[in-house]
Amino acid sequence: MAIKVEAPELTGKIITPGVKKDASKEQKPFLAKPDLMTKVGFTTERPPDWKEKFLEKMAEVLKKYRSVRLFLDICVRCGACTDKCHYFLGTGDPRNMPVYRQELMRSVYRRYFTLPGKLFRNLASTQDLTEELLDSWLTYYYQCSQCRRCSVFCPYGIDTAEITMAAREILDSIGMGSKYNLEIVNKAETIGNNLGMIPAALRNSLDFVEEEIKEKTGVDVKLPMDVEGADILFVTPSADFFAAPHIESLAGYAKVFHQAGVNWTISSYASEAGNFGMFIGNYNHMKTINKRIWDIARQLKVKRVIAGECGHAWRVLYSFSNTLNGPFDFLDARYRKPQHICEFTLDLVKKGALKIDKTANDNFTVTFHDSCNVARASRMGDTPGDQFTIPRELIKSVCTKYVDMQADTIRERTFCCGGGGGVLTDELIDIRVKGAMPRMQALKAVKDSYGVNFLALICAICKAQCTKIFPYYGYDMEEVGGIHQLVSNAVILGAKEGI
Amino acid sequence: MPNLEFEGKTYEVDEEGYLTDWQVWNEGIAGHMAKLDGLELSSAHWDVIRFLRDYFQKYQIAPMIKILTKEIGKVMGPEKGNTKYLYELYPAGPAKQACRYAGLPKPTGCV
Repeated sequence: MAIKVEAPELTGKIITPGVKKDASKEQKPFLAKPDLMTKVGFTTERPPDWKEKFLEKMAEVLKKYRSVRLFLDICVRCGACTDKCHYFLGTGDPRNMPVYRQELMRSVYRRYFTLPGKLFRNLASTQDLTEELLDSWLTYYYQCSQCRRCSVFCPYGIDTAEITMAAREILDSIGMGSKYNLEIVNKAETIGNNLGMIPAALRNSLDFVEEEIKEKTGVDVKLPMDVEGADILFVTPSADFFAAPHIESLAGYAKVFHQAGVNWTISSYASEAGNFGMFIGNYNHMKTINKRIWDIARQLKVKRVIAGECGHAWRVLYSFSNTLNGPFDFLDARYRKPQHICEFTLDLVKKGALKIDKTANDNFTVTFHDSCNVARASRMGDTPGDQFTIPRELIKSVCTKYVDMQADTIRERTFCCGGGGGVLTDELIDIRVKGAMPRMQALKAVKDSYGVNFLALICAICKAQCTKIFPYYGYDMEEVGGIHQLVSNAVILGAKEGI
Repeated sequence: MPNLEFEGKTYEVDEEGYLTDWQVWNEGIAGHMAKLDGLELSSAHWDVIRFLRDYFQKYQIAPMIKILTKEIGKVMGPEKGNTKYLYELYPAGPAKQACRYAGLPKPTGCV
């Protein structure tokens, strides 16, 4: 049962490894059992005629998502992406070079969907659909975190995440679903959040945070739930109600809302901002999960929707939501629809509506890890690049010591934490540790040079992943936390009521 | 599906050894699982397991770790109300190892 985990050596430098064929071949996600597959509406197990079903689904995907077909057609194998993937850098497995991982689908595409491939199988770099190939799909399409770093360097702008999402959708259609992802999709759709917290459990967590704040500060800060007529519906990953260090950010959000004097609420029906429908490449599930937020926003008659610290949730809300379940014309037009908590808090800081004691964070030298889905798949603020400047400005407004990591590992070139895109599961721990290598090297460099001891994050997955993998690299898991954890430390309660 | 054999009965567990049905659990199973890991359950271990089960019965989910540490602090004294102590009891992680012995499913999500 115990998986052997080997953390790469930390040197502070990201060096492209030599190619190690099949180095991470054995690492696959657990498959969902038939009863779970049924619950989420997929075929329960691989049918005898799986090849036909596979190709049927692939044809459907190619027709429906023209981007996928385009990306399969236009790659010229220039190799610009080969050393850009954290999983390749961490494992050396050539299948984790984005171009070679995509080749698993591209070769099938050529073989069955293009004329040269159909006529000249041996000349057109084709592959027949075999058990072995299918096995490689399951392995390597779950060794891609859909982070899209390779796409930044691709001269054609090929979006690897789209290919991975399509691959997972095809695998699901022949009964090969990831247990981790589908359990979460099912809980989000039936209970309302990824963790499966029923309203009583959620309320218990919120009560606990209220008590903690009261004990530490003496101030009654409320975390309201299911309040009809509230101005703001706040949606955040359910990990914020449950996990460490996520819960510290929850206290931070609550303190900010309290100080702003706004009328806000969490919903027990849409108690999840995350959306694993995206990770499995299934737009129906993505839509169903997303719809809960908008249904409850209408029902509670809120004017604004604000999202907490979650990378892919922000991508879905910012980039997909409007076409999935929009338009959101019922929300107040004076505010962003939706708005990110970092935008909201920084705006208050700039207005002078929050009284901040930066010295509360004096024991930290902070650096910021840009989350993939915020950095490369969405935006904040008014101008391009605000998704990079707003979080940094917010950190600097509550801390005295801040440094950036090296330039080719941040902003649009940020490296994934190693756990994004539906791979944050224990059976993939070795690949998660290895995939974190580039980020850990960049972190080591600023630790050694500047004494950085706090990695600030705005994503629940990044938080869980870094907390888990830090010890493998000899780092203390307490050095990981959300931006609103820093805000929580620094904001002075009761200093100014209302805005 | 893998199974756990105990006292002539067969219990269904998942790939990582968690019972698939939390209601079939009994105290003997917890002791047996611990023994397989080379661990003897002390009364402190049992306090954690009982709290987890009580909480789960009420809320259908294990408590967050901070709720657990606070409770342990109340029951066993404030010097023990921390994550470090829980890791001493359950080296593989209190949330996961203790949940497994308590017959509860592992939490899912971004945790």
